[in-house]
Amino acid sequence: MSQPVIRTQALTKAYGSRLAVDKLDLTIEPGEVFGLLGPNGAGKTTTILMLLGLTEPTSGVADVAGFDPLRQPLEVKRRVGYMPDQVGFYDNLTGVENLRYTARLCGFTSKEADERIAKALARVRLTEAGQRAVAGYSRGMRQRLAIAEILMKGASIAILDEPTGGLDPQSTREFLELIRSLKKDGMTILLSSHMLELVQSVCDRVALFSQGKIGLMGRVEDLLRNVLGGSHIIRIEASGAGLEAALERVPGVTRVTRDGPVLRIEATGDIRGDIARAIVGAGGDLTMMDAGHASLDDVYARFFEGIPNAA
Amino acid sequence: MRREGSALAGAGTVMMKELGDNLSSTRMRLLELLVFLTGAGAVFATIGEVRDAVGEDPFVFLRIFTTAKGETLPSFAAFLGFLIPIVAIALGFDSVNSEFNGKTMSRILAQPIYRDALLFGKFMAGLTTLAVMLCALWIFVIGLAILMLGLPPGGEEVMRGLAFLIASIAYGGAWLALAMLFSVSFRSAATAALASLAVWLLFAFFWNMVVTVLTPVLAPVDPYNPMSVLHTVEVGQALSRLSPNTLFAETTLAFLNPGTRSLGLVLTSQMQGAISGPLPFSESVALVWPQVTGLLATVIGLFTVAYVMFQRQEVRA
Ligand SMILES: Nc1ncnc2c1ncn2[C@@H]1O[C@H](COP(=O)(O)OP(=O)(O)O)[C@@H](O)[C@H]1O
Ligand SMILES: [Mg+2]
Repeated sequence: MSQPVIRTQALTKAYGSRLAVDKLDLTIEPGEVFGLLGPNGAGKTTTILMLLGLTEPTSGVADVAGFDPLRQPLEVKRRVGYMPDQVGFYDNLTGVENLRYTARLCGFTSKEADERIAKALARVRLTEAGQRAVAGYSRGMRQRLAIAEILMKGASIAILDEPTGGLDPQSTREFLELIRSLKKDGMTILLSSHMLELVQSVCDRVALFSQGKIGLMGRVEDLLRNVLGGSHIIRIEASGAGLEAALERVPGVTRVTRDGPVLRIEATGDIRGDIARAIVGAGGDLTMMDAGHASLDDVYARFFEGIPNAA
Repeated sequence: MRREGSALAGAGTVMMKELGDNLSSTRMRLLELLVFLTGAGAVFATIGEVRDAVGEDPFVFLRIFTTAKGETLPSFAAFLGFLIPIVAIALGFDSVNSEFNGKTMSRILAQPIYRDALLFGKFMAGLTTLAVMLCALWIFVIGLAILMLGLPPGGEEVMRGLAFLIASIAYGGAWLALAMLFSVSFRSAATAALASLAVWLLFAFFWNMVVTVLTPVLAPVDPYNPMSVLHTVEVGQALSRLSPNTLFAETTLAFLNPGTRSLGLVLTSQMQGAISGPLPFSESVALVWPQVTGLLATVIGLFTVAYVMFQRQEVRA
C-alpha cells in the first residue's frame, strides 16, 4: 500500500473542558473519497481545520501530504484545496476576478493564472457566469466556483466541508457527479456531511463521528453488512393496536422500531408477505409498505443507539 | 513554535487587492469630495489674510495651513486634525470583520499565506490610500495657493510643508490601526465603526475636559508649595499628550509655525537670553521629535495588539 495522504494520531481539540475532537486516528489513502460523517457538532469541521493548520490541536499530530499542518502550513495549503461549509466570495468582484486573487496568493503568474482559471471554470460550467459579479450567483454556483478554485490551484487533495449543504436535489446530484469526476482525476477527497444517506454513494470509505470520536470506520458495504447483519429494512404504515407485538412474533423479524407513523422492521430476509399477513391477522389496516435499502442512517442509528447526541 | 515559510508571502497581493477596493469604493469617493472641498474652502477663506502678509512673513505659504478665520472657521491644519481620523476610520473599521461576514476568511486563509500577510497587507493598503489622498490634497492646496498668490513657496516652506504631510500620514496611521483593531475585535462592522467614532469623539472634543477633571485629582495643588503648581501643570500636559490629537496639533504647530520655540511650560528663567524669531527647520524637528515618535509608537502598538488578537481568533465565522 502506498503512503497515506492524510494521517492523524490521537488528534485532540478541547474548547475549555469540552472535547470537540477526541483522540482521532485517521488514515486516508491516495485517490480515496473519504466521508467524515456525523450530526452537527460531532467535530467534523474542527478536524478539518486542524488538518489545514487553521486551528491548533490541543494534542496529537497530523500529517497531510507528508507535512505537519502546524509547522509547515504553507506546504500543506499549497497542496490542499479547501471548501468551507459556508463558502463566500467577494460579491463585488466577478468569478474570474475572485479566482485571480486566489491564484496570485498561490503565487501563479497572471498568464499561468488565466489559463488555469479558464480551464477550471469550463470544468464546472461557469465559463460565462465567470464574467459576472458573484453577487448574482446562486448557492450552487458559488459551490461550483469553490470547486473551480480547487481545480485552478492544482491541489492533489480536496477537503470539502458539507459540500451539499443548502443545495436543492438537482444541484446535489450534479455536485456529487462533479466529486466523482474529481476522483477519476486521481484527487484524494475528504468530505464531511451530516446527510449520511446522501453522500454514501460517492464515498469509498466513511468514518461515523459522534461527539468527537469515530465510532465506526470502513467501506460503506462492509458497515452495512457488519452492523446490520445483512438485514432487510422494511417500512410500513398501518393502523391498529398491538401491531408491534404481533410483528415481533413473525419468524425472521429481528427488530421493530417506530418512527412517527412509520414502523421500521429489520428482518433476515424479504418477508413482506408474512408481515402483511401478520398485520391483517392482528386486525390492522396496512396502508403502505416499502422495502428500502439499508442506509448509513440505519447504521448510525443502530450503532450510536442510546448515546445521547451532541446535536 | 517555529513556522516555516515567509510570514509576509502574499502581503503584496493582499495589499494590491485591498488598494483596488479602497480606491474604487463609493465610500472613498465621498470622503475625497469632503476633504477636497475642505481644502479649497480653507484656501479661499484665508487667502485674503495671507496675501496681506506677503512681504512681512518669510513663511507666508505656511499661513495657508494655519490661519483660522476668527472664531468660526478653524484653520486648515485643525480641519485635518478632525478629518483625517474620519477617513482612517472609514478605511479600517470593516477591513477584517467583513472577511468573516462575507465568509471569505477561511477560504483565503486556506491559501498558502499566513495571517500576518493578510493583516499587514490590509493595513498597508489603508495607509497607502490615506497617503495618496493626503499627498493629492497637499499638492492641490499648494497649487491653488501658488495660483492665487502668484509666487512660489520657498525651499524651507516646502520642507516644512512636507514634514507636516508626513506627520499627518502618521497621525492617520494611528487612527487606521485603531479602526483595524476594532475590526478584529468586533464581528459587527457597525459596532467597530461606533467604537472607533466614540474614541474619536473622546479625543477630538472631550479630552480637554477629561484632562481638566483628572489633573487636580492626580496632582493636587498644594497651596503651601509653589513648586506643586509646576507639577500639576506637567501632569496635565502629560495627560493631554495621551491623545493623538494633541500630538498632531503640537507637531503641526512646530512645523508650520517656525516661531514656535517650545511646546511645554516655559519658565521666564529659561527664556532669558533666548532670541526670538524663527527656528531653523532642524531645530523644529528636534522640538517635536518626541511627539512624532509618540504617534509612530501608537501606530505600532495598536497594530501589534490587533495582530495578536487576530492570530488567536478562530477562523470559522
Ligand atoms: N470556538 C469554539 N468555542 C467553543 N466550542 C466550539 C468552538 N467551535 C466549535 N465548538 C464546539 O465543538 C464541537 C464540534 O464542532 P464542529 O467541529 O463545528 O462540529 P461539526 O462540524 O461536526 O458540526 C461542537 O460541540 C461545538 O459546539
Ligand atoms: Mg461543521
